[in-house]
Amino acid sequence: MRSDPADYEFAAPASLQEAVKLLAEQPKEWLPIAGGTDVMVQYAAGTLGARKLLSVWNLPELRRIEVQPGEVRIGAGSTYSDLRESEIVAREFPLLARAAGWTGGIANQNRGTLGGNIVNASPAADSLPALLAYGAELIAISARGERRIAYRDFHTGYKKMNLAADELIRAICLPRKFVGYVSYARKVGARNAQAISKVCIAALGRVENDAVADVRIALGSVAPVPIRLGETERVLQGRRLDAATVALARKTAVSETKPIDDIRSTARYRAAVVSNLVGEFLEQLAGGDAGGE
Amino acid sequence: MTKRAATKRAVILTVNGETKTVRAYPMERLLDVLREELGLTGTKEGCGEGECGACSVLMDGALVDSCLVPVGQAQGANIVTIEGIARNAKCRALQETFLECGGAQCGICTPGMILAAAYLLEKKSKPTIDEIREGLAGNLCRCTGYAQIVEAVAEAARRSAGA
Repeated sequence: MRSDPADYEFAAPASLQEAVKLLAEQPKEWLPIAGGTDVMVQYAAGTLGARKLLSVWNLPELRRIEVQPGEVRIGAGSTYSDLRESEIVAREFPLLARAAGWTGGIANQNRGTLGGNIVNASPAADSLPALLAYGAELIAISARGERRIAYRDFHTGYKKMNLAADELIRAICLPRKFVGYVSYARKVGARNAQAISKVCIAALGRVENDAVADVRIALGSVAPVPIRLGETERVLQGRRLDAATVALARKTAVSETKPIDDIRSTARYRAAVVSNLVGEFLEQLAGGDAGGE
Repeated sequence: MTKRAATKRAVILTVNGETKTVRAYPMERLLDVLREELGLTGTKEGCGEGECGACSVLMDGALVDSCLVPVGQAQGANIVTIEGIARNAKCRALQETFLECGGAQCGICTPGMILAAAYLLEKKSKPTIDEIREGLAGNLCRCTGYAQIVEAVAEAARRSAGA
């Protein structure tokens, strides 16, 4: 049943400082809401647990993309449209720009935020494999101060995350060291817009003197959280991309995933797609095709 | 729940160029405020969960699904609905081409389609067919099969370029 708006408190602080102060005072009561593309869906369905909503939409401190010499800091309140329109994201972090472009439709992209995608913690979230591939770090902020945490340590289980009740994600930091990498991203779903992924991949690699100098492969929708394929990467590291290596990598990739049967797909289909996507990525990596799919 | 957590507040927003003050609970959906408080029933409710685009409006110039906007977030915002955009010349071209190309049948998706198309043409005056499809991908139509809608947008773009 639809929720009754009279049952919900709502605060819209004018600054990030005020927002974290409110969270510090009543840490477990306030649920942050940015563009509402997840929270309002639960609200409409009557399944929203929280009764107090803290709007962080459009807080200027959260909606900046800061370029520093070593990293780019993306404000957690940056929308998918902000990511798509950012020149530096397009140039240095194309996996993220591509994922932003196939999240929802244009109206969702104008409201959905990168920070929101992280804390909503869906295993099928489109932007998260890109963050894993780039080795992103998060800055969490609370009235107690700020801390940095590697994104790979952030999602600890299905919908579980390393974030205290009084903390907000302030920014997502991406190291600027992937220029010249081959990047490959694909979403396999009923359609790109709106549909939730059956499998999505974000992968990066660099080949030097015929051998894999660096490789990073991340997948969504094949485990309780988005995952990096560490074992597959080890199988590839330093190797020539010959048929035997590629076959071993495809097999290892499947063994590292734990896909399930659900309304969108089956475990068997997902495993086959994982193998094919890794194969297609390695073909492009071997060919030095920097464009990706 | 017997005790009401929230009280109605004054929300001031600009709707189709006019300043409006409504009294609303901040978690009321912008969609409901537009339709029920302001009588602007051109904005439709389809799915109510951001999948279908029938409730599309422009908020501070950006296309959004009004079913996913708590009106508390629209405080001070500039909202344009189908009733407002219908007065604009570019939109008139879209209205004409939707009629001529068969882009409107039952009509429920049409206001959202027009808003999404106008937003696209504002950003890209000469969109490719793929760009039109992407621009409208968040708007579902159960009648036309989309070909006529895409054609209507392409034709409107051609006419604006020729004008």
